[in-house]
Amino acid sequence: MYIIVVGGGKVGYYLTKTLLSEGYEVLLIERQADKAEVFSEHFGSMVLAGDGAEAATLAAAGAARANVVIAVTGEDEDNLVVCQVAKQKFHVERTIARVNNPKNEQLFRMLGIDVTVSQTNYILHLIEQSIPDHAFVHLLSLKHADYAIVDVSLGEDSPSIHKKIAEIELPKGCIIAAISRVSELIIPTPEVELHPGDDVIAIAHRDEEDALREVLVG
Amino acid sequence: MKIVVMGCGRVGARVSSILDHNGHDVSVIDIDSRSFRRLAADFHGTTIIGTGIDEDILRSAGIEEASAFVAVTNGDNRNIMAAQVARLIFNVPEVVVRIYDPVREDTYRRLGLTTVSPTTTISALILDHVIGAGDQIAPRRGMEG
Repeated sequence: MYIIVVGGGKVGYYLTKTLLSEGYEVLLIERQADKAEVFSEHFGSMVLAGDGAEAATLAAAGAARANVVIAVTGEDEDNLVVCQVAKQKFHVERTIARVNNPKNEQLFRMLGIDVTVSQTNYILHLIEQSIPDHAFVHLLSLKHADYAIVDVSLGEDSPSIHKKIAEIELPKGCIIAAISRVSELIIPTPEVELHPGDDVIAIAHRDEEDALREVLVG
Repeated sequence: MKIVVMGCGRVGARVSSILDHNGHDVSVIDIDSRSFRRLAADFHGTTIIGTGIDEDILRSAGIEEASAFVAVTNGDNRNIMAAQVARLIFNVPEVVVRIYDPVREDTYRRLGLTTVSPTTTISALILDHVIGAGDQIAPRRGMEG
């Protein structure tokens, strides 16, 4: 598998280092020639100096045979264009963009970027998960962002406890995928009863998240 | 007609000033307030400090009612991203974007943006003067990316 990383900041540097140590064929593209030279001392010929948004640079990098292009510069507009050029011009199967402004995550997906990574959103999710009062946590947004996997923690006073799965009227576009109870994962058959302290893992349509929260935790 | 211009350099300021002079409702966006000095002395439009790739800035510039959006900052990628936001999020009917890099220009023209590449246009004009319009103007191999 051939992976092209664009942007030699801290993320790009450690990403390249890790991918190389895992045995992938990697090329790091860095715009600043002096920085690229320093990286060459670490990574040898795995570094190319140039602007990753320019088709000529991507051509020299052999983008046409790359399986993945990952754009991790500090500028969202650069990451967007790197991925779009890789996709349109070189038909790269999978493009991954780092999103610095979390507001751009949805836009990038609309514009055809396969995967977006937002450090801000990721840290926000981690904080949400570590706050015990927070009953409704996003675990993962699914592709095209219309569906999300969510974790709903049931309390003593949640309206859904002591009910069987079959008795719970879920909103359209939501399904319970699993129940995590202490250290056990329970498959939600119709007879399973919900208990206080259960973590309900559900797949929910974006528009129905509030309705799901209402049904499960009130 | 409501028009939003992103980038108040020489081109952005001139386009904004002329449109304003012709009676259009112009909002011009730039990250540097000093750029607005380039606008004509009688400019009556709105100036907004900020980056045009931010939806909130575009909204405050009136993009939701705009009939046209012009992206003419120095950054090709910034212009490209803002143009796509204007077209796809705000459904602006006419979006014009300046892209210096001819290869990128070609890519985004194919994706449906109205593009202007000064590199191609000005090179052609100069070559026209130097070698005459009759000569074939073709880029050297390797320049097309």
